[in-house]
Amino acid sequence: MKLRIKFRKYGPIRFIGHLDVMRFFQKAIRRAQLDVAYTQGFSPHQIMSFAAPLGVGLESNGEYMDIEVHSLISCEDVRNRLNAVSAPGIEIVSVKILPEEAGNAMASVAAASYTVRFREGRGPHFEVASALEAFLSTEEIWYTKESKKGSRQVDLKPGIYEICWQENAFHMLVDASSAGNIKPIQIVEALFAQQNETLLENALLVTREDTFTDIGKDGSRKLVSLDHIGICDIGKENYESKDCNQ
Amino acid sequence: MNNQLALSDDILMKIEKPARYIGNEVNAVMKDKSKVNVRFAMCFPDVYEIGMSHLGIQILYDMFNSMEDVWCERLYSPWVDLDAIMRKEQIPLFALESQDPIKDFDFLGITIQYEMCYTNILQILDLAQIPLLAKERGEDCPIVIGGGPCAYNPEPIADFFDIFYIGEGETQYQTLLNLYKECKAMEVGRVEFLRRAARIPGMYVPSFYETTYHEDGTIKAFRPTEKGIPVSITKEIVMDVTNTYYPMKPVVPYIKVTQDRVVLEIQRGCIRGCRFCQAGQLYRPVRERDVDTLKQYAVEMLNKTGHEEISLSSLSSSDYSKLPELIDFLIEECSRKHINISLPSLRIDAFSLDVMSKVQDVKKSSLTFAPEAGSQRLRNVINKGLTEEVISQGSALAFEGGWTRVKLYFMLGLPTETEEDIRGIAELSNKIAATFFDVVPKEKRVNGKVQIVTSTSFFVPKPFTPFQWAAQCTKEEFLDKAYQTKKAITEQLNQKSIKYNWHEADASVLEGVLARGDRRLSQVLLKVYEKGCFYDAWSEYFDNEKWMEAFEECGLSVAFYANRERSVEEILPWDFIDCGVTKEFLIREWQKAQREEISENCKLKCQGCGANRFGGGICTEPRN
Repeated sequence: MKLRIKFRKYGPIRFIGHLDVMRFFQKAIRRAQLDVAYTQGFSPHQIMSFAAPLGVGLESNGEYMDIEVHSLISCEDVRNRLNAVSAPGIEIVSVKILPEEAGNAMASVAAASYTVRFREGRGPHFEVASALEAFLSTEEIWYTKESKKGSRQVDLKPGIYEICWQENAFHMLVDASSAGNIKPIQIVEALFAQQNETLLENALLVTREDTFTDIGKDGSRKLVSLDHIGICDIGKENYESKDCNQ
Repeated sequence: MNNQLALSDDILMKIEKPARYIGNEVNAVMKDKSKVNVRFAMCFPDVYEIGMSHLGIQILYDMFNSMEDVWCERLYSPWVDLDAIMRKEQIPLFALESQDPIKDFDFLGITIQYEMCYTNILQILDLAQIPLLAKERGEDCPIVIGGGPCAYNPEPIADFFDIFYIGEGETQYQTLLNLYKECKAMEVGRVEFLRRAARIPGMYVPSFYETTYHEDGTIKAFRPTEKGIPVSITKEIVMDVTNTYYPMKPVVPYIKVTQDRVVLEIQRGCIRGCRFCQAGQLYRPVRERDVDTLKQYAVEMLNKTGHEEISLSSLSSSDYSKLPELIDFLIEECSRKHINISLPSLRIDAFSLDVMSKVQDVKKSSLTFAPEAGSQRLRNVINKGLTEEVISQGSALAFEGGWTRVKLYFMLGLPTETEEDIRGIAELSNKIAATFFDVVPKEKRVNGKVQIVTSTSFFVPKPFTPFQWAAQCTKEEFLDKAYQTKKAITEQLNQKSIKYNWHEADASVLEGVLARGDRRLSQVLLKVYEKGCFYDAWSEYFDNEKWMEAFEECGLSVAFYANRERSVEEILPWDFIDCGVTKEFLIREWQKAQREEISENCKLKCQGCGANRFGGGICTEPRN
């Protein structure tokens, strides 16, 4: 049986990298004594898939992980057990049973939403709302991605699904698929570049709010939270039910 | 959750592995600081991943925190990247749990596990903004207390510590902390507290002792400077190792550390009496933990940590009397839970090979033998009771069982070593390779190959061993011996199956100097630290040239401390410590070594080392 687990990551633990979060959960699942499934072979490991790696220093209200179990008392029980053995700053929000045909968390990721604030004294000199309007009115938003293999130009525009500036924060919904993943800082840097300003080092406070999958048919996009798919608890037949979401 | 971190986000985003510094780990102990009387900072002076792997600290952390009015927190050496930032921005070193500055604590306890960390002790004090020299510390400074194996010769670092705790930590800390609270309430002051502490068994307060020297640099006298201060200090020891502290909930690090597993200490001490081994003498007599208690511990610790591996810890696990029972239990328990078992320090025989084939992948793992010396003659000198026959039989069995990789550990520069003994290292490696081709038929050889990895380290004489009087080789002699070994290996028939590794010579010599040094070395340590040396245990940061400069500037000679054979009449810097084994016993063993005579192990025959005065452990068990 596949379970989808939604969790938050906040506080000092935001400085733990993705691989260490995985190790944390492997140990937490053993502490919680869940009846988890292991791979075959001489060094078996827990069957586990994470949605989208979160960068060091970022907080999140919408991280996802799939695990496989042989049995469970209830989703609520799994959530309680995990929270009882978790560390400060990692909090299980919901646990759902996935339908057999559901793709794993990592393959399912299509988009992510973020709240982005400026750190004290590191904001722009320009007025953000009007700059953002001008920024979005262009046909293409070119950004230079630096990687080990060198730099390349990418157009951010198609991957920005929603963005606004409210209460001194950007709220954005962007492409997070493996093919077109956009980091919030790339958008802010591109905006600054258009205003002939340079973003200061470590200027942003980024919170990932949720991670989404695309259930649209025939090429039309319909984004829903990753935990939108699944059954709330044993015996309840509520596939794709919105009431289930918290 | 402690949200207030000592380091800013800017710093944490800039440095390597910020998780080293944020605390908040699973099972870390949080207390309300307004409700405790004593705050104790426990330090391992090396990087987090090394320090977090140390069992002793976890035991003491658990013990201190079981005391209601004490809060014990941890700290480790900041890595070089953060070190530079903390110096530049004058950020005081902090404890992981509360993130509060160390300088505001009551105690700073430092475990001293190896000599090459001495400069890291200075780094810790310096970053904590505590004066390096104990005599310059004021009333508001924490009491700096050292412990661990290097505290058995505390003299080279005596100037930096207020107190050394000699022996096992489980016994006297409650008494010491009670005295501290009493002295604090009565406001008697730091010096008076230390004076009273010096009367607690096992406590050595260096400021109440002085050393005088002969003209040739050897010690003339070592004595207390006041009446009422003990002349000699006997090590502390826990005789009942079953009914004592053991951490059921060890702290679980987020990042991968060196020992990322549950560690089950099955016994303390070793019956073997290898003459080069300090631990084998310091932890006498052997004391076993009750096997049923250990089974309970294993289950509970695995549940409370979620670790995927458990390891047995002791100096020679095969000597634990209930080993088969314990291992059967662990195999049963762990296979159900998908937990790996790691079994270090096992003697290779039919039993251990059977066990290992159950717990590890034979194809991927290697077997380890530690003959330590290449010839039977030299193995008799060092009292290593491992014969060539045993090694051959063990490796034959292993090869039949499917193993194809063997690691061999030797030491170069042992007392009385000859060229023939060195050649023996190559010959023994060759014989083991030949055994493979003898016992494994061609069609069964995986890739047709066997791999022997032969490693040599350089012998470092240590205090409280029968070799404490021995001369250590010079760097040149060491390198020549490594060259001879390499050459001898290339002359072997099976040389293609043998890979040879050897250690750094510089660091081994320096380790020898610090191990057997006296109080004057504190000056060298200060000087070398001022020159920018720390993390000397890390070869990429070890700078031998700076050390040599420091010795020269202090007018002290490396050869005096390392390369000189001492007479048994000489007063040694650590003679005032009584580690349980008598000097007469060590002299006897030193003389037997020179006669190439072995001493039987404690289980076979008592050698009269003196540890029977503690009235327990192996000393009071019937012999077979």
